[in-house]
Amino acid sequence: MTTNDKSNEANKEIITLAHGAGGRAMQNLIEGLFLKAFGDEGLLLKDDQARLYLTEYAVHQLAMTTDSYVVSPIQFPGGDIGKLAVYGTVNDLAVGGAIPLYLSAAFIIEEGLSIAELGSIVYSMAQAAQTAKVKIVTGDTKVVERGKADKLFINTTGIGVIPPNIEISAQKARPGDKVIVNGNIGSHGAAVMLARGELGLSADIKSDCAPLNLLIQPLLQQFPDIHCMRDATRGGVGVVLNELAQASGVNIELIEPNLPITPQVNGVCELLGLEPLYLANEGLAVFIVPEEHADAILRQMQQHPHGEHARIIGSVVDSVPDKTTKGQSSQALLYIKNEFGSKRILDIPYGIQLPRIC
Amino acid sequence: MNSTTSANSGSTALAFKDQTIVQTLAKNITSLANQLAELKKRPLQIMEVCGGHTHAIYRFGLDQLLPDTLEFVHGPGCPVCVLPPEAVDNAIALAQQPNTILASFGDTLRVPGSANSLLQAKALGADVRVLYSPMDALQLATQHPDKRIIFFAIGFDTTMPGIAYSIQQAYQQQIPNLFFYCHHIRLLPTLEGLFLQPNPVKLDGLIGPGHVSMVIGSKVYEDFVTKTDLPLVIAGFEPVDLLDALYQILLQIEQGESRVENRYTRVVQEQGNQAALKSIHEVFDMDIDANWRGLGEVSGSGVHIKDKYRAYDAQQFINKEEANKHSETQLEPIYCQQVMTGQLRPTQCPKFNSECIPEHPLGALMVSSEGACAAYYQYKIRA
Repeated sequence: MTTNDKSNEANKEIITLAHGAGGRAMQNLIEGLFLKAFGDEGLLLKDDQARLYLTEYAVHQLAMTTDSYVVSPIQFPGGDIGKLAVYGTVNDLAVGGAIPLYLSAAFIIEEGLSIAELGSIVYSMAQAAQTAKVKIVTGDTKVVERGKADKLFINTTGIGVIPPNIEISAQKARPGDKVIVNGNIGSHGAAVMLARGELGLSADIKSDCAPLNLLIQPLLQQFPDIHCMRDATRGGVGVVLNELAQASGVNIELIEPNLPITPQVNGVCELLGLEPLYLANEGLAVFIVPEEHADAILRQMQQHPHGEHARIIGSVVDSVPDKTTKGQSSQALLYIKNEFGSKRILDIPYGIQLPRIC
Repeated sequence: MNSTTSANSGSTALAFKDQTIVQTLAKNITSLANQLAELKKRPLQIMEVCGGHTHAIYRFGLDQLLPDTLEFVHGPGCPVCVLPPEAVDNAIALAQQPNTILASFGDTLRVPGSANSLLQAKALGADVRVLYSPMDALQLATQHPDKRIIFFAIGFDTTMPGIAYSIQQAYQQQIPNLFFYCHHIRLLPTLEGLFLQPNPVKLDGLIGPGHVSMVIGSKVYEDFVTKTDLPLVIAGFEPVDLLDALYQILLQIEQGESRVENRYTRVVQEQGNQAALKSIHEVFDMDIDANWRGLGEVSGSGVHIKDKYRAYDAQQFINKEEANKHSETQLEPIYCQQVMTGQLRPTQCPKFNSECIPEHPLGALMVSSEGACAAYYQYKIRA
C-alpha cells in the first residue's frame, strides 16, 4: 500500500457507534485525536477531573460560562464549529472583564461523520485555544445514531478570573455614555446563512470569528471603568443593546450612518429583507463606555487587529422613568436615527428572521 | 438549476437614499400637501397599495418627514396577510404526509392557519423548508428522488412568473416528485374589488406597486384610473423613489388630473415583462373567483394551474373530506379587515399594541413583515 493509498483509506474512516461505546475504538479516538490535538499536561494525566491552578492570579472573582454550539454547516467561510466553540466561550468570559484560562470541551458526534472532518475541527479548536491563550483541560465524547445530531455538536465550559478593579455590568449604562462596536456588523450571520446554500446567493463574506480577550484585556488595563460589554452573538447587536437598555433602564439611540456594515452584508440583507443588526456575530462586542473616554477607547481599539473597524455607533440618551413612580408601563427602548433625521424603534424580534417574499 | 445571485450591491443604491434629495422632496411635498389640504379642508389620503412600500415608509421613517396634512392609508398588498387560514391548514396537512418536504417563502411559515402555522408544524416534525427561489425546489426534488417535494406558492403577480417557470421546467424535465400548491392573488382584480364597488374606499391617490408592475407593466392600470379618477404613480422601494412618487401624485391632484405615471422606469416597462406574462398565461387559468383573508371573495383574483400541468398540482394530494373539516374559516377580527381595506389605520385599532402584538397576533397583519400592523409595531415610536 502506498502512502497515498493509506491516506485515502484514513480519509474514508468514519465515526461509528463503537467510537462512543467506551471500548478500544473510543480510546483510540481520544488518544489518537483529542489528546494529541489538545495535549494539555492535565488532560494527559487522564484523571476524571481537571485541577486548576489559580495561585498566580490576583483574583477578585472567578467567572464561569457554558455554551453549546450546533451550527450548520460545521465549516463555513472564516471559521468552523470548533473555532466557534473556543472563541464563543472565551468571548463570554472576556466581556465580563475576566481573563479566560481553562476550557472543557464535550463532543456529541453523529455516527457517519468522517474522522478526517472531525480531526480538522479538533485541530482547529486546538489552534484557536492556543491563539486565545486558554487551555482545554477536560472533555467528553459521545456518539449518537445517524439522524440524531447534525454531524457534530460541541459544548464548551470556560473558567476565568476577574481582576479586583473590574466591575462590568449590564446595569451600568448611564445617560451620556457612548456605544462602541469593535468591527463590522453581521458578517458571521450572513456568512453562515450563505454557506448553507439554501438561498441561491453568493457573496464574499467571511465570519468575524475572533478571540475578544486579546482586544479587551489590554483595553481594560487602560480603561477599567468601561460600563458594559456584551458579545453580540445570536440576536446580534440589536438584541444585545435592547437587553442592555432594559437592564440599565435607559434609552439608547444609534446613528444609522455610523454603523459599520460591509456593502456585501448590506446587499444580502436588502435582497432578503433582513435587518443586519439582528444577524449573529462571533468576534464582535458592544461596549458602553463613559463619554469622556470614548474617543481614547476607540483609538486604542482601532490599533488592534480585532478592532480596526471599530466605530462609535450611538449613545445612551436618557433614563427611563421607573415603572412604579409613573404608575404605567414604560419600557427602555433602542432607537435608530437615520441620515434624514427620522427615528425608529429597533425592537427585539419575536423569533428567527425569515426572508421576505418579494 | 440553482439560481445564484451576487449580493455585492454597491454604490448605485446610495443615490436613492441621498439626504439632500430626500429633504428637498420632503420639503416640496410638505408645502404642496399643506396647500391642497387647506383647499380641501381635510388631510389628503394616499394609499400605498404594496406591503413592501408600507415597510419601506416606516423602515426609513419617511412618515416623520411629512406633515399631518398627508395621511398614508394601507392597501391590501401583503400576500401573506390575505392568505386564507384554510390554505395554511391544507399546506400543513400536505407537509405532514409521509415522505414529503414542503418548501415555501420565508414569511409564509408564520401565518396562522385555524390552529397552527407551518413553523409550528415544522417543530412538531414536518419537514418544512424555506426557499428563496422556487427554482431551488427543482434542485431539492433532484436531491431527494425518494420524497415528494411540494412548493407552497403564494404571492401577487410578482411571484407568479417564477412559479410558472418552475412548473414549466418540472414539466419539461419530467421531474416526477415535484408539485406546487398555488395560492396566488392578482393585484388588479383586488384593487377593482376595493374601489369599483358601491361603497368604495375614499382616497386622493395611490402609490402603485413596484414589484407587481415589473411583471404586469404600467399600462394595465389605465382603465382602473379612468374609472376611479385617482392618480396612480408607480414607485420603487428606496426613500427617493417613494417621495418622488408621492410628489408626483400631489402634482396631479393640484393640476386636477388623474393618470398612471411610472416613476420606477429602471424596472417597470409600459407593457410589463412579456416573457414573464407568457409563462403565467401558459401555466395558469386566470380570472378565478377566490376567497381571501380579510377581503372575502374577490372576483377574478385567483388562478388555477391549467390542465396541461395538472400533474404538478399538489391539490391532487389534498384530502377533500379532511380539508372540509377545517374549512370553516375562522373570522378575522373586523378591525383587520378594515385596516386591510384602508378604512382604519393600525394605530386606530383598539386591539393594536394591547391584545394584538407580534407574540400574540390576532390577525395576519401583525404576522407578516409586510403587514401594516407589524410595520407600525416594528418601527413606529410606541412610547
